[in-house]
Amino acid sequence: MEPNLFKYIWRYSRRDQLGILLLVLLSMPFYFISLDLPKSIVNKGIQGEGFEGPASTQPLMRFELPYGEALTGGPVVLFDGFDLQQSGLLLALSFAFLGFVLVNGIFKFVINTLKGRLGERMLRRLRYALSDRILRFPASYSRRIKQAEVATMIKDEVEPLGGFIGDSFVTPAFLGGQAITAMVFIMIQSVWLGLVAAAIVLVQAFLIPKLRKRILQLGKERQLTARQLAGRVAELVEGAVEIHAHDTSNLERADISTRLGRIFDIRFEIFQRKFFVKFLNNFLAQLTPFVFYSVGGLLAISGRLDIGALVAVIAAYKDLPAPIKELIDWDQQRLDVQIKYDQVIEQFQPPEILDPAKQDIAADPGPPLDGDLVCKTVTLLDDSNTKLVDSVSFKTPVTAHLAIVGNSSSGKDHLGLLLANLTRPTSGSISVGGRDINNLPQAVTGRRVSYVGPDAYLFPTSVLENLIYGLKHRPLRDADHDAAGQKLRARYVAECRRSGNPTFDTAADWVDYAAAGAADMDSLQAHIVQTLALVDMEEDVYQFGLTGSIDPQQRPAVAEGILKARAALIERLAKEGARDLVVWFEPEQYNPNATLAENLLFGTPTKPAFKDEALAENPIILKFLREEGVSDNLLKMGETIARTMVELFADLPSGHPFFEQFGFIEEDELPDFRALLGRVDKTGIEALSPGDQLKLRRLPFKYVEGRHRLGLIDEDQAARIVSARQRIAKLLEESDPGAVEFYRPDSYNAAASLQDNILFGRLAYGRARAEEIVGRMMTEVLESLDLRQTVLAVGLDYQVGVAGRRLTGIQRQKLAVARALLKQPDLLIVNEAVAAMDSASQQRIQERVLEARRGRGVIWTLHRPAAAAHFERVLVMRSGRIVEQGTFKELNGPGSALGELVAAG
Amino acid sequence: MSLDQEVEILRQIPLFANIDTAKLKLMCFASQRLTFKPGEALCRQGEPGDAAFVIVEGEAEVTVDTGGGPVKVAVLTRNDIVGEIAILCDVPRTATVTAGSELVTLKVTKDLFFQLITDFPEMGVEVMRVLAHRLEQTTAQLLEARAAAGT
Repeated sequence: MEPNLFKYIWRYSRRDQLGILLLVLLSMPFYFISLDLPKSIVNKGIQGEGFEGPASTQPLMRFELPYGEALTGGPVVLFDGFDLQQSGLLLALSFAFLGFVLVNGIFKFVINTLKGRLGERMLRRLRYALSDRILRFPASYSRRIKQAEVATMIKDEVEPLGGFIGDSFVTPAFLGGQAITAMVFIMIQSVWLGLVAAAIVLVQAFLIPKLRKRILQLGKERQLTARQLAGRVAELVEGAVEIHAHDTSNLERADISTRLGRIFDIRFEIFQRKFFVKFLNNFLAQLTPFVFYSVGGLLAISGRLDIGALVAVIAAYKDLPAPIKELIDWDQQRLDVQIKYDQVIEQFQPPEILDPAKQDIAADPGPPLDGDLVCKTVTLLDDSNTKLVDSVSFKTPVTAHLAIVGNSSSGKDHLGLLLANLTRPTSGSISVGGRDINNLPQAVTGRRVSYVGPDAYLFPTSVLENLIYGLKHRPLRDADHDAAGQKLRARYVAECRRSGNPTFDTAADWVDYAAAGAADMDSLQAHIVQTLALVDMEEDVYQFGLTGSIDPQQRPAVAEGILKARAALIERLAKEGARDLVVWFEPEQYNPNATLAENLLFGTPTKPAFKDEALAENPIILKFLREEGVSDNLLKMGETIARTMVELFADLPSGHPFFEQFGFIEEDELPDFRALLGRVDKTGIEALSPGDQLKLRRLPFKYVEGRHRLGLIDEDQAARIVSARQRIAKLLEESDPGAVEFYRPDSYNAAASLQDNILFGRLAYGRARAEEIVGRMMTEVLESLDLRQTVLAVGLDYQVGVAGRRLTGIQRQKLAVARALLKQPDLLIVNEAVAAMDSASQQRIQERVLEARRGRGVIWTLHRPAAAAHFERVLVMRSGRIVEQGTFKELNGPGSALGELVAAG
Repeated sequence: MSLDQEVEILRQIPLFANIDTAKLKLMCFASQRLTFKPGEALCRQGEPGDAAFVIVEGEAEVTVDTGGGPVKVAVLTRNDIVGEIAILCDVPRTATVTAGSELVTLKVTKDLFFQLITDFPEMGVEVMRVLAHRLEQTTAQLLEARAAAGT
């Protein structure tokens, strides 16, 4: 990257910079006229200068040819102007002033907008360039840098550059011009005084940068320490488990405090020095008038200087300090951003960065890989020159199944990375079919080869998006933009070009279906399900589907299918005499297996304010309950629950598991409630404070009659709640539509999961094996209605969370393997990627993958050496070297390295 | 059936007769009420056991698999407790228990059972008494059987 910020700015924005400069120059005359106008308004308009009497007039806007008198001997009038009386002239001048104010304002507005846009464009370009470099970092380098630090650099550290870039050329040009004009004017009046002023400016120009040197150094430190702080903060989050597990939070506190202390010291010193420089600056600026007054005055007294000239010099000097000061400020800012820029780009210069051509979007994957994979004396050294891989040479057909075994220090994982071209060998070469893989574009290595590592990363999107991630290399089919969308897109593209950003459309279809052997999304899904079955993950995704939810508006077919399943399940349960295992949601009946809150709303809340206990504080519900006269009932129920809980848990030792398992009330709240009930006994429930009442009123909403069995909901109570339902529904539809998705027997509930939609009720409490039986019937019903694929499709939309943390470690590994398989590579490299699974699963998956990949290359670095028996060839590694190679049969025996490994397990 | 009614039923079971109401209530609250249909099995011989059942309503048949097919060894009715051996000494179920009619039980899980015995030693003593009584019965039956075989 261009090391000099100014050259960088100039290279990419000189046209805009010049344009803005031109506009600034254009605005100058208007600015000066508007400065001059008030004088005319006061002198002529108000004080009546030049008006002899009330009736006399003066011309407005009279134009004479400049230097006309000198050329022709008499004034050459171009325009006579309008003759106006004093009051008319005053008004005309005032309006002219207003007009100029407006014109100046508009100039300023346009100039600032242009400057801002220019700055933002450059910022965008810079951020893109930095991100682009991250994408071109060698994978081994990416692993070594701290993500949080890199992220702060792109996000925060370059931000001030945007603000500065717009001013980078215009400000010095403009202010410099002003300063020079003032200087020249002073020189004309008095050369000596001019020289004095110039000398002081020179002293400033010489002294200030010297003083600033330390400030700049501090600025650098400030940036580094702040960046490291960001890195440390990220570590606090990432290392949370270790911090808690080792009780080192206070060590971390001390570390953060030390860092903040250092940052404080740096910043404080910067302030001290900065304000000292400012002080010095101001002093020097005022020193000049002192010289003018004293020396100039003496000269004037002794008659060597004309008083008029002195006054003019002093007046002209008035205009000098301001631009000089601003210039100095600008310079300060310049140095500041230059440091920031230097510091940032320094971090983006790894020792080896990928040639952009390697990632060219137009590059072609070429013909399928064939021939032999040849490693020639491949050696890999780490930072401390330890040999991780040591002169490894071997040859194997690309289509063969090759196992690499060895203990954890054998270097097999590094060899895996080398073969996938994710690490460059320090010496030696790896070639496929005679082509050195180091020289191949990623279009070949990333499409013809699949690599799965031990800690494969999942992006925080859906299961599906993660699976098809490996199929998105370039936009293949344009997105369907409507007319408005096309316009927006055209604007976007034009703007991209101005900032040197690529114009690829993220809305386009990037998925390379053909690479996965599919024609479109539907047939791709079939492949995906097959692949998931291969890695034992189909059932997991099916479960995601059952617990997932859909938008019935977007997927009406799915909703319809689920409603069919609902009906079929009822029928099925009835046929098997198991209808009593589920208590359905009946609009006219209280469901004793659901919470009171659920019975009241008769729907699934979509907003937190309508969830269980929150109902007790929800103003809409509260008002309603009060109007219905149910409010007091709730309070009484709350009291009963509280009494029962206090009674039940009174003698339990603290920390007893029952509190957590069965309590409506947390253990530490129990004394509170005991005291509260004491108050009820003393003064009655009505006299409780609103806070106490709320505490009681919260309790019944979580109450499930069938489970808790306190007998709180008798027939009368149930009837009241059921009759309140419809009125609540109506009320909510008016006051907060969409807050609750209501249960309707013949429509799909968008807020509930597929499973809940099919069941449309609650499993009956106290029926033996209800869950198991109903679960089985639900599966059968879905199967018979051909809805399994539908549920799987919903499951594929399951969000995996940041770095896939919503999945288990094993699911993450399975998904990563499936992703690598899906693109049907010529060569699949599995680098200890299933190590988290138990050995039976490993074996099962391995057998299936090898079966599916018959005739296509697989290189697998194995966790369990015995599994190498299923591979055509085996490489045995020890301390970075290949100690044996051949078939499993040849090698496995007493005394061989493989035999030893197998025996050791 | 509400919690209070359940407490009343438990009180009539010898095992729980001497335990005070609050504790019984806690036990009822913490345990699950399970209903079985006629013919449904509460537990099967040989399976690992994780809960005991107190019969609240209905009848249950206890059968033991012998070489020659299942043999009915007992019929349990209201207030009987069954399945406590498996959870006390971690052996597989020693018999199969099936509902003989619509059967309502209180399912006392292993965790809950031990928790209660630890918390309320008087219950432990009661369990001992019941078990000792059974042992005495079994011994008597054994003697009887031997006498019968001898003749």
